[in-house]
Amino acid sequence: MAPPPHRRPGFSRKAQYGLFATYVVAIAGTIVAALLLTISVVDPTGFSALRAFGSEVTAPVARVINDARQSTQAITHNVSAYIDAASKNVALEKELKAHRSALIEARALHLENARLRGLLKIADEDAQQVAVGRLISSTASSTRRVATLSIGRNFGVERAQPVRGPAGLIGRVIETGPTTARVLLVTDSENLVPVMRASDGLPAFSSGLGNGLVLIKPLNLGESPFKVGDIIITSGNGGLYGANIPFARVIRKTSDGALGMPFADPANTPYAVVMKPYLGEARAAQQALAPDGETKEVAE
Amino acid sequence: MKIPVSAIRLPTRPGREYESRFDREQSILKMLAIPIASIILASMVTTLPIFSAGPLLPPFGLLMFLSWRLMRPGLLPIWSGVPFGLMDDLFSGQPFGSAGLLWSLAMLVVEIIDSRAIWRDYLQDWLIAALLIIAVLVGGWWFAGLAHAAPKPEILFPQMLLSILLYPLVVRICARLDSWRLAT
Repeated sequence: MAPPPHRRPGFSRKAQYGLFATYVVAIAGTIVAALLLTISVVDPTGFSALRAFGSEVTAPVARVINDARQSTQAITHNVSAYIDAASKNVALEKELKAHRSALIEARALHLENARLRGLLKIADEDAQQVAVGRLISSTASSTRRVATLSIGRNFGVERAQPVRGPAGLIGRVIETGPTTARVLLVTDSENLVPVMRASDGLPAFSSGLGNGLVLIKPLNLGESPFKVGDIIITSGNGGLYGANIPFARVIRKTSDGALGMPFADPANTPYAVVMKPYLGEARAAQQALAPDGETKEVAE
Repeated sequence: MKIPVSAIRLPTRPGREYESRFDREQSILKMLAIPIASIILASMVTTLPIFSAGPLLPPFGLLMFLSWRLMRPGLLPIWSGVPFGLMDDLFSGQPFGSAGLLWSLAMLVVEIIDSRAIWRDYLQDWLIAALLIIAVLVGGWWFAGLAHAAPKPEILFPQMLLSILLYPLVVRICARLDSWRLAT
């Protein structure tokens, strides 16, 4: 296509100045955008009100489409359940029998555990749930892994609350609007989760890789102790994510850790539970005594 | 075989059969609103319930913006990258201002190319768009990495490829919208 005629405004002074003004506005706008970017790099939560506005505006459409999507998923699931129904039934009955005895043992262990905790007088906060919502969209085109939750401040959702699904940990709340909230998924590079191996409590840290997997690094240096298939659960260290939430399964061993696939798939989770921060009261009491960044070192 | 002229029926829109076909005016509202609305709606695609493990969804707002710019030079003002980019930032999850800056720079780059080249054809448009898409995605990754911990750049490759391959489709959508925009 040939260049448009506005590029050569002729001898009209007015047209020449008009063209010049658009260039000036363009350069000034670019500089303003660069300044806005600098502000949001320095203070990442600075423009959260604007982003909350954006997700509030588009949430109704996302909610409706998400409902439709989930009901079609349910239909396909129901239909596929009929295929091989008899052999599946036999296999499931076998599994049920095997699990029943394990369940009884687990109940006994649970009772014993409660009794022992009572003896030791361990005050343990239960993980209390704040609200239940659904994930309605995600930042599928950005390198950040953030999902939008269908509930917000009106339901008691606040910043830094963990979010879990029925299958496992999803992430934590980073921004809230009146009826939506944004959740930093565990697969985001910025999300560090203290975890442990379910079989022996080997402590480790998990950080997201941004491609749907998490990198699990043990606290101890040395050769990676993980095996493919190891189950990773949260350890409750640090007091944000509760203990014993299913987290990930190891799918590949690396030289100093392991790659894990999180159990909770944001695309496929029927609901998301927002929970109170684990040990939140203890943290609040500690902050009341010695707030972060204000405690001074005592000279000896 | 020649089709007799009397057999050709001119298409008429329902309800307008009795209106004059001469001297119709284009709707100014439609002429202005369609490009703006289409770019903003394309930016809002990320708010649909699409969940991907990594960055995979092409930046449809950017694709729409580039195709309007390359298909109809002079329609979007030179400074329009800033407002459209900032609008995209509301929905994309990137640090606020990153698309505002990158889209504006892309606009200036196309402007420079237009001032140098006499003619562009469709393949050159596609090449320009492909290079700009790669540059904007890498820039967005870098800006996100300044504000937050960023993943490795390799995870951008599938998104780049998908975006470049989807550009012709977006241009066609854009062309359809353009003929609707200019219809009387």
